[in-house]
This record gives sequence, structure tokens and C-alpha cells, in this order.
Amino acid sequence: MSESWSLYIIVLTTVMTVGVIWVLLANRRGTGSVDKTTGHQHDGIEEYDNPLPAWWFYLFILSIVFGVAYLVFYPGMGNYPGLLNWTSVNKWEQENQKAEKTYAEIFARYRNISVDAIYKEPAAMKMAQRIFANNCAQCHGVDARGSLGFPNLADNDWLYGGSAEQISHSIEWGRTAVMPAWGQVLGDKGVIDTAHYVLSLSVASQEPSANREPSANRKPLANKEPLANKEPLANRKPLANLPNDSSRIEAGAQSYQTFCAACHGADAKGNPLLGAPNLTDDIWLYGGHLQAVMASIQKGRAGAMPAHAKKLNADKLHLLSGYVYGLSRRER
Amino acid sequence: MSTNKPANSKIPVYDLDQDGSNLDALDFDKVKPTEIGEIDFYQKRERIYTRPIKGFYQRIRLLTGWPLLIAYFGLPWLQWGERQAVLFDLPARQFHLFFISLWPQDLPLLAWLLIIAAFLLFTVTVWAGRVWCGYTCPQTVWTSIFMWAEQITEGTRNQRIKLDAMPWHWTKLRKKIAKHSLWLGFAALTGLTFVAYFVPVRELLADVLLLEASHGAYAWILFFTLATYINAGWLREQVCMYMCPYARFQSAMFDGDTLIVAYDNERGEARGSRKITADPKALNLGDCIDCQMCVQVCPTGIDIRDGLQYECITCALCIDACDAVMEKMQYDTGLIKYTTEKKQAKQHARILRPRLLGYLGATLIMSAIFLFVIFTRTPLSLDVMRERDALYYQLDNTRFENLYVLKIMNMSQQDQDYTVSLEGLDNALIIGNINAQVRAGEVYELPLRVQMHSADLDSHRMTFTFYVENISGRNKAKSESRFLSPIPSS
Repeated sequence: MSESWSLYIIVLTTVMTVGVIWVLLANRRGTGSVDKTTGHQHDGIEEYDNPLPAWWFYLFILSIVFGVAYLVFYPGMGNYPGLLNWTSVNKWEQENQKAEKTYAEIFARYRNISVDAIYKEPAAMKMAQRIFANNCAQCHGVDARGSLGFPNLADNDWLYGGSAEQISHSIEWGRTAVMPAWGQVLGDKGVIDTAHYVLSLSVASQEPSANREPSANRKPLANKEPLANKEPLANRKPLANLPNDSSRIEAGAQSYQTFCAACHGADAKGNPLLGAPNLTDDIWLYGGHLQAVMASIQKGRAGAMPAHAKKLNADKLHLLSGYVYGLSRRER
Repeated sequence: MSTNKPANSKIPVYDLDQDGSNLDALDFDKVKPTEIGEIDFYQKRERIYTRPIKGFYQRIRLLTGWPLLIAYFGLPWLQWGERQAVLFDLPARQFHLFFISLWPQDLPLLAWLLIIAAFLLFTVTVWAGRVWCGYTCPQTVWTSIFMWAEQITEGTRNQRIKLDAMPWHWTKLRKKIAKHSLWLGFAALTGLTFVAYFVPVRELLADVLLLEASHGAYAWILFFTLATYINAGWLREQVCMYMCPYARFQSAMFDGDTLIVAYDNERGEARGSRKITADPKALNLGDCIDCQMCVQVCPTGIDIRDGLQYECITCALCIDACDAVMEKMQYDTGLIKYTTEKKQAKQHARILRPRLLGYLGATLIMSAIFLFVIFTRTPLSLDVMRERDALYYQLDNTRFENLYVLKIMNMSQQDQDYTVSLEGLDNALIIGNINAQVRAGEVYELPLRVQMHSADLDSHRMTFTFYVENISGRNKAKSESRFLSPIPSS
């Protein structure tokens, strides 16, 4: 606040306070009817004069004293900070410290329960669910099932391993995944061939949509007329543009063994040490249709999980690890 | 409230036209108080020393007061299952009343309850005047308890007047300390009990006695203790006269047939003292012996013989006092009695009148609605929130997912197993656990994904309904939401 505004407020407050005191004291006594009526009379009904009780006057005085004391102790007079040095930021910090102290006790209760056991504690998981919602759900979704580029944490498929230690490590220190771009090396044909081969790995063993657990609740509405311009169900294209060109697959297999097997493994089951995904389980972080797989091979992918060790305290990280660990194990 | 001017009124007669009826010719300049002088604009409080009295109406007050007092102090001690039967759990935002637990969603019920209370007050007030004020208002009940404490520590009315006029000395100090300790003790009990409606009393009492209760609990107990002490000890009738809004607007309910406590002017005047053996007619006196008993028992310090006054809370203590005196004098009782303005004016009086029936009808209708709502209430509520981070997830060219968080509120007093379903989306695939076990009084957050094939999408913005029901299917709640997908490029 500039000095002039500060002065304006000080003058205004002082004038108002003095004015109020003057009005109060000036109307303490005066001339009036000494009997109990105001003198108003109509239709035989007289208006009584019922003065305020004296203690009411003292309440006014008390309010003024309170107001003046407030202005002395708290910020009110322009830029004057008040004797107590109260600020909203101070207050916020105090409340924050208080809350940290209160909640630290609650968090500490679970400190000694290991990550692979804590997911069985409903109260702890309720707290962890909120921590997850505040820190993780932005990318992984509130249900932790991820989305394009953000891994599903509830399917028991782990890029960096699903043990308690590995999960804790991922959360605390983050992960940086790099899939190099192979477009230059493989050429356009090589990319297409390799993509066909990679997709064939999943198709060999699994149905296309096995990555999503089927739900019992898939119930079509019986009485609904199908719309004419809709594609009939039978003609729908499956999830991936399934490669059936055996020559492409064969060529792709060779490229794979040369360039990809180093990280993804000769059997294409991936390598959790590098975060290289399993390519045979039809779980696709960046999409499982031909174009998406081709893009991954051609241009590469870079995934980053930020480190949370400095963002959250140890107790919260502990709960969070347990929560993520339990997502694909917990039954509820 | 019109004033019923008694014969010996000191109310001045104004300088009106001679007959006083020619209002058109009224010259307002002439209308002025007869006496003008230097005055204090604030009224000095006159101390009221009440005299205790026994009688019919005092007995009624005891009979209505005791059950209410016992209920107030006893209710927190009742248990219902594993919790306190009546508990207003503010941190959890749940009000437990025996078999029912109310949630913020049930706020309309509180509104109904307040409307019922208001109309009940109107009904009773139209019929019998300020019954609430005189018999059941906590201000009146607590004040009389405090007056009783005053009585046993400082003695009778005359002794108290004398004591207050005395200079300070040891006896006076001792008596005053005794009185205020009693007041504060009872006030503390009241404050503690009040807080016990919000914090379970068994824990609260133990914590308070062991000095382990929270600062908040102590602060509120102290607040309600002081409030009780100040209200019932010091402010008393001042609350009724200057603070209470009910006292004021009840006057608006009065009509000529409303029961009021009134002095029979005709029979009582001219008042005057006489020997018990004397014949009042011979002395040219009415039945009022001007003993001042009715004034001395009045908790608001008025003289009922001055007519109906706004201070009168119709506690009927003056009736008890006067009847006792009349019996002693061997006169008929009822010189001061419950009557109506119409009866006083010897007009035709009636009880059942449209205004009363209207209020009564409103009370009954509101009560019926309230009970209906209470007993047909579904103790289950569902809120659906769309995930705010992404409008939709696109899996490939044809499949889309939307993410929702379902808040399932188990408002019943038992743990429940719920199952979720949806209606309005063809071939929708729900991804996630559709079964939820929710504890009594818990809000359960269930994230669910819905997957749709583009062929089943009628528009990029489809409205559908989530349902949640318990296994028995008796409780069902629903909430509408939307499934979003990209706007197709044409």
C-alpha cells in the first residue's frame, strides 16, 4: 500500500472512531419527556418511550475499546503492522505446521508396516488414495489405469518391475525411459516390417483386447434401435491392424533380432532394468495399432516419471508405494 | 398490544380536542408530553428481587420443567448401538438421532423442522399467549433455577434487599461466594452437557476430569458456562425485554381471544389495605388489598394491575400469588387470572377461530410432510464426478474411454455392499471394480472407467445414468453424467 493510501485509511479510521465516540457521548443525556410516553397518540393508542437499557450503552463502550485494541494489536491502521505482527501468511504457516504435526502422528503409525503388507490396511489406503489423487492422478488417472503414454498401474504389468522395492524406487527417484528412433537405420520398409513383426508377437497368443479386463457389466440395451449409419458389430476392425503378411513378419523378425533384442530381449519379454517393455502381452503404452507401433519404432519414445523424493515426505511416499503395490493385488 | 388503561393510571391525558374523537381536527403540535425535562436516554436497570410462590401454575411449571431438564441433561447419556443416541458430529458432518443419521444432504429436513417449530409456536401463541416464554423457554427455566439458588444462599426477598444494601463484610462475602459458586457450578454442568451433544459425553467427561480434553472442548464449555451464568444470573428479564425476537413477534399473534394474564380492574379497584374482618363495601374498596404480592413475585418486575404489558411472559406467578392472598382474605380467587381481552370486555369469546385453525392446519401438514420425508428417505446417495484431467482417452481410432469418480455415500447405520450399473450407453464396458463395500456413514470414492466403441456413440456428448444399489436392492440411488468423445470432423 502506498503512503498516501495508508494515510487516507489512518485518517478515515481515526475520524470515524472519534465520530462514533462523539455521537455516543453526545446522546447520553438530553431533554425529553420525563414520563414514559413519546407523546404520540392515535386511536387511543399511546406510544410508550422505552429507552435502551444502560448496559446497552456500556456494550457500545466495550465495542469501542475492542475496536481500538484491535487496531493496536492487529494490522488495520494503514501500513501499521500491529503489535502482534499478525499476517495471513504467518497464520497460514502456523496452521500448516500444526497440521503437519497432527497428521505426522497418523502417518507414523504405518511407518513400520512394510510396503507389501500395508495395502491391506483400509484406513492407510484411504489416506494413500488422496495422496495419489493429489500427486499421481494427473497423469495416471484417478483409477490409476493410465492413458496414452502414462502406464496403467493396476494391471500388474510393470515396466520397471513390480516388487515393493522397485515400485518405491520408481516413485521416489523417478524413471527416464528412452526408446531410440530407428527410422534412419531401418528405413521406411524396415519400420513397417518390424512393426508387423512386433504386433504379431501379441497376436500369436492373445485376443486383442485382453489388456482390459472384461466386465460383467457389458449389457446392451435391448430396446434400442440400431442407427443406420453405424458399422455393424461384425464388421468392426479389431484393435490392431493385424499383420497377416508373412513376408513382412519374417523380414521384421530379422531386423528385430539385430536392433531391438538388445533391450527388449531375444524373446521380446522386455527388461525391467532398462524399462524396456514386454512386447508380447498386447499392452501398449503408446497405442497398439500399426500406425502407433510404427511411430514408436521410427521416431522413438521418451517417457519420464518425475522423482517424488523431495516433493513428499518419507511417510507419504511409503503409503503411496503401498497403494501402487496394492492396486493390482488388492481386492475390494 | 393495546394498553388496558387502569383507573388509577399515571398515563398523562393529552391536550386533544375535547371529545378526543375528532381525529381529522387533530393538531399534532398540541400533542406533546405533559412534562419535559433533562433525562438520561438510557434506562437504569431496576433490580428485581423476586419472592418465591407456590400455587397451581407454579406446579404446572415444575411438572413441565422437570421432564425437559431431565431430558436435556440425560439425552447425551443414552446409547444407541455403539454410539451416543443423540450426537451432532460436526467434524464428520453427520447428525445422529437414534435410528437416523442425517447428512448435509438432509438439510431440507432441518428447514421443515424449523417451519414446524415456528407454526407450533404460532398456534400455541394465538391460543394461549406466551406459554413458551412463561413455562418452557430455557431462559425462564434456568432463571428460576438460579433464583432458587439465590433463595437458599442469600435468603428471602427482604433478606436479599437488606444484604445488597449492606456494606461489604464477611457474612455478605460468604453468602455472595456461595451463591455465585452454585450459579457457576450449575452453569458449568449446563455448558458441559451442551458440548456433550457434539462430543460423546463419556469421552468428554473423562477427558475433562483428567484435564486431557482438547482446547476447543474447554473453550466451548467455558463459553456456554459463562453464557448460562450471565444469562440466568445477571441478564434474566433483560434478555426477554431487549434481546429476544420471539418475545416481540409473538405480540403480532395476539388477538382478542388470546389467553392473557390480567387483573380484574372492575373487581379490584379501588385498591387499598384493610383488616381481614373489614367489609370492603363499607370502606368503599374493591377486592385488591394492594399487598404488592403480584409485583414481588414477577420475574420481569412489572405490575400486572397496569394492564397487559410487553414485558409480561405470562408465567402466571402473579395469579398464584394473588389467589393465595384472596384465599387468606376469604375472597373469591381469580382477581388476577387467565382471561382474554374479549372476556374482559364482556364480549362473545371463542376459541376456535380461523387464525388458530390455519396455524394448526399448517403445523399438521408440515409435520406430516416431515414424517413422510423421514420415513421414506433413502439412506444412500451417489455423486458422480468426471475426471478433470482429461475429457476422454482415445485408445485407437474407434475406442474411447471416460473416467469417473463415483462418491457413494452410505447414509445408513449399517455396513453395505453396493453394486454399480449404468443405463443409457449401448454396449458400454465398465472398467474397474463395480462392487463396493461401504462402512456405515462412510463416503466411498470409486474410480471407474467407461469404454465405448465409436459405433455405439450417437453423439460426442452422451448423457447417461449411473445407478448404485445395495445387494438387497432396497436402496437405490442414481446420478447423471456424460460420456464425451471427439467431435467428428465432417
